[in-house]
Amino acid sequence: MENFEFHGPSTLDQALAAMGAAEDGKFMAGGQSLLPVMKLELAAPSDVISLAGIEALRGIEADGTTVTIGSAVTHAEVHESEAVRQAIPALADMAGGIGDPQVRNRGTIGGAVAHADPAADYPAALVGLGATVVTDRREISAEDFFQGMFDTPLEDDEIITAVRFPVPERAAYAKFANQASGYAIAGVMVASGDAGIRVAVTGAGSCVFRVTAMEEALAADFSAAALQGIAVDSGDLISEPDASAEYRAHLVSVMARRAVEACG
Amino acid sequence: MANEGIGAAVRRKEDARFLTGRANYTDDINRPGQLYMVLVRSPEAHAELVRIDTAAAEAADGVVAVFTGADLEADGVGGIPCAWAVDHEDGTPMAEPVHPVLAQGRVRHVGDPVVAVIAETKAQARAAAGLVDVEYQPVPAIADVAGAVESDAPQIWDEAPGNICFKFGIGDAEAVDAAFDGAAHVVTLDLVNNRLIPNAIEPRAAIGEFEPTSGEYTLYTTSQNPHVIRLLMGAFVLHIPEHKLRVIAPDVGGAFGSKIFHYAEEALVTWASGKLALPVKWTAERSESFMSDAHGRDHVTHAELALDDEGMFLALRTKTLANLGAYISTFGPAVPTYMHAVLFAGCYTTPVIRAVVHGVFTNTVPVDAYRGAGRPEATFMLERLVDIAARKLGMSRVEIRRKNFIKDFPYQTPVALEYDSGDYGGTLDVALELGSWNDFETRREEARARGKFRGIGLSTFIEACGAAPSALAGQLGARAGLFEVGQVRVHPTGSVTVFTGSHSHGQGHETAFAQIVCEALGMSVDQVDVVHGDTGRVPFGMGTYGSRSLAVGGSAIQKALEKIIAKGKKIAAHMMEASEGDVEFADGQFTVVGTDKSTTFGEVALTAYVPHDYPEGLEPGLDETAFYDPVNFTYPAGAHIAEVEIDPETGVVELVALSAADDVGRIINPMIVEGQMHGGMAQGVGQALLEACRYDDDGQLLTGSYMNYTMPRATNFPFFATGHNITHCTHNPLGVKGVGEVGAIGVPAAVINAVVDALAHLGVEHVDMPATPEKVWRIIQDATA
Repeated sequence: MENFEFHGPSTLDQALAAMGAAEDGKFMAGGQSLLPVMKLELAAPSDVISLAGIEALRGIEADGTTVTIGSAVTHAEVHESEAVRQAIPALADMAGGIGDPQVRNRGTIGGAVAHADPAADYPAALVGLGATVVTDRREISAEDFFQGMFDTPLEDDEIITAVRFPVPERAAYAKFANQASGYAIAGVMVASGDAGIRVAVTGAGSCVFRVTAMEEALAADFSAAALQGIAVDSGDLISEPDASAEYRAHLVSVMARRAVEACG
Repeated sequence: MANEGIGAAVRRKEDARFLTGRANYTDDINRPGQLYMVLVRSPEAHAELVRIDTAAAEAADGVVAVFTGADLEADGVGGIPCAWAVDHEDGTPMAEPVHPVLAQGRVRHVGDPVVAVIAETKAQARAAAGLVDVEYQPVPAIADVAGAVESDAPQIWDEAPGNICFKFGIGDAEAVDAAFDGAAHVVTLDLVNNRLIPNAIEPRAAIGEFEPTSGEYTLYTTSQNPHVIRLLMGAFVLHIPEHKLRVIAPDVGGAFGSKIFHYAEEALVTWASGKLALPVKWTAERSESFMSDAHGRDHVTHAELALDDEGMFLALRTKTLANLGAYISTFGPAVPTYMHAVLFAGCYTTPVIRAVVHGVFTNTVPVDAYRGAGRPEATFMLERLVDIAARKLGMSRVEIRRKNFIKDFPYQTPVALEYDSGDYGGTLDVALELGSWNDFETRREEARARGKFRGIGLSTFIEACGAAPSALAGQLGARAGLFEVGQVRVHPTGSVTVFTGSHSHGQGHETAFAQIVCEALGMSVDQVDVVHGDTGRVPFGMGTYGSRSLAVGGSAIQKALEKIIAKGKKIAAHMMEASEGDVEFADGQFTVVGTDKSTTFGEVALTAYVPHDYPEGLEPGLDETAFYDPVNFTYPAGAHIAEVEIDPETGVVELVALSAADDVGRIINPMIVEGQMHGGMAQGVGQALLEACRYDDDGQLLTGSYMNYTMPRATNFPFFATGHNITHCTHNPLGVKGVGEVGAIGVPAAVINAVVDALAHLGVEHVDMPATPEKVWRIIQDATA
């Protein structure tokens, strides 16, 4: 790892000022993606600006129709939050399945969303639930936010402050994890509510995506049986030694059915 | 006093320091003025070294020296030696190309060390290593063992045409062919035994230190056998005589075989410390471990079993291609031959066996012993064949095994080994009970109702441990003896220090060996310390591998204890004014037969060091050393049962039960034995279901991190059931056999036999390891298409 300047601001303004002064600065949330990349010397920022001490980025609020989660809230906190569990149990369950306890105690929703790893779980949750990403300067719908592999519309000096989820009528997340890494090979969030019926898939492709054919079938008949015979095109999916595109396509169908079943 | 002798479940003495973070690992050691070494490793699998430019690295901050292969060659540094040569079957020697410490002219695997950068801090050494400019001219590479013997395969060594290191054969080919010709049934199997990466929790590390005034070198290293490293490195690589070279292997955090071998980094830090007259430290990063620790397994085997109408085995015929990697590692040639092919009788009376093994060079990390070392491969081949035979003949998998079991001991196999003792049927009975074998079918049906395929699998196996009778090992190509050394030093006030040539890196020797002393001398483990891992303190030793520590190292301690007691009797006889022949020793008391006279072991020890009134002609002191050379291997045996449930929609195999019944010989500490069994079973599950080292067609390591190399986790296991059916080894003084590897040897075959059983209704005969989800899903898809 190369040397860098570390900053621990306690306000957004301080964080933005530090970024403005840095030659090649990088915000760090929980550091669970940034630090491994820096250890491998695939990234070598001049300045690392931690967002962990900014009180304004913390806290979970739920009002019956929306759940707003501060960007510095950890996966473990989301998993254990009674407010989240009451409003969107699928989200609490999903957060409890990210990585391992160490990762969940350090990693944050804001960091995971900003990183936009195509195999991370949160992209499926955000797109599937129709969430909105709130930054220090604007609001971006989840579908506009995840543009590709590690690709988002965030400016270099833009900070996610919160993620706002509409409370669905029902939702469930089913994940098939890579046995080594724990990342999703196929993770499917199914939800129905004010945001419509959504089927969002992470891990299988280079970016989270919705499966319109499944959504339409579920709109007509919200049951696992309604998904029978509907498959995604493996040509659009990732192929790796442990999980070919064909297998991923199959798993998307299986996980989607299991998520629908879990919706009850 | 609580009984802390043989058979007591004494809590491990060493655990207090391990569990409280007070262990002393090599990387915890820092020597005054210590420098840091970082290696530049080849990113190419196979390439000519066109040019190495070290100028920028040499000029970088803090850099003290930059060394290449040319520097070592100019200084007369030798190649890394092989400690066990395997001849071709025609008697000609194997191809033995020089394994340079730093690459000479060509690199042969990803991770091959090319340049050593030494600086004042590790960060400086790392930064400077990034400035070394190496120009590689890639040439075609081959990583796959089957591909390496194709006629158009890239050639890795001029000395090894066709990439063949040796063509080994054992057994009577004519007799085997004749038996096959007359057999009622023949079953065949083509299998791959998957390549594994060891992954000890403590990465390898080494510190070299040269003391200019005495001319002595000290090497601190993560080793299972410091005396062997002293011998190999001192005599063959650096030409340092033993009395000027001390090797210390302090606390070592797991090894599983991967720390037996002499590695380049050990020689580099030692040599560089002499050149620079300052200590030099190297600690592997985890990514270096993946590409520089010797890997395990990696066989391709064709096997055939001939049977008569009744299901009796008539003959076994096999051919194996064994991947040796790019260079011959310390014991690389011995593992697929004398630790593999000679095990092919297993538990069975198969009268004739023919095994051919070709050792093959590839552009991969060297392959050597990994927990089980040859015996898991032998067991997997044999136990898969037996299951296939049972299905073909319509026999139960239990009955076909029982019918063919060896029942009379000693038993001479057709492949060199003579088993001394065992009770395979009795051990199988224990396993069948543990694994609830007989009422399995109701569980299968219950699972089917839930949409799952459930299967149960069995493996029965023997292993050869306790290496080895030195004369026999020498005839088979070993270039060292394989005895062990134990020294028992009784101090004047009666406490004891044991010095052992075995090395503990997780096995619990500090407790189990102390228990042997407690049993013999009647004391508590608190009064006994066990010293190991230091050539400066332990007289000699061959180290710990192949489940040999208790059988060979423990026996040496027992022999030394017998000498202590014999001398003690002389002293006690004098003290009690009795004839030596009338003195008996038990429970820490010397007594005179037929009298009430007695004296304690402590009083005798004190008298030995304060010999004011002492037997004439007897040396003072109570300190005895024994060199123990076993007369045979030991033969632990077991029966393991696995039960799995497969989700046909995803191909996920869930291990729902795992039972192991083993005959490990006499048990010193049942808690340690259970722990050893659990650890081995976990690694067996890893091989069967999770772990696969993969290279691509260009020789790039695809599984170079935990992102894609699947280590077993706690959630991969059910609670294990363990049991025993003990027979004693007949030829060592403790009656012990060995337990370190049983799980890794027996479990892979049991798990895969269960997977195949779960899929047998689809016509599936074999599944190669690891049985990963997509592989199993595809097998189901193909079978149901």
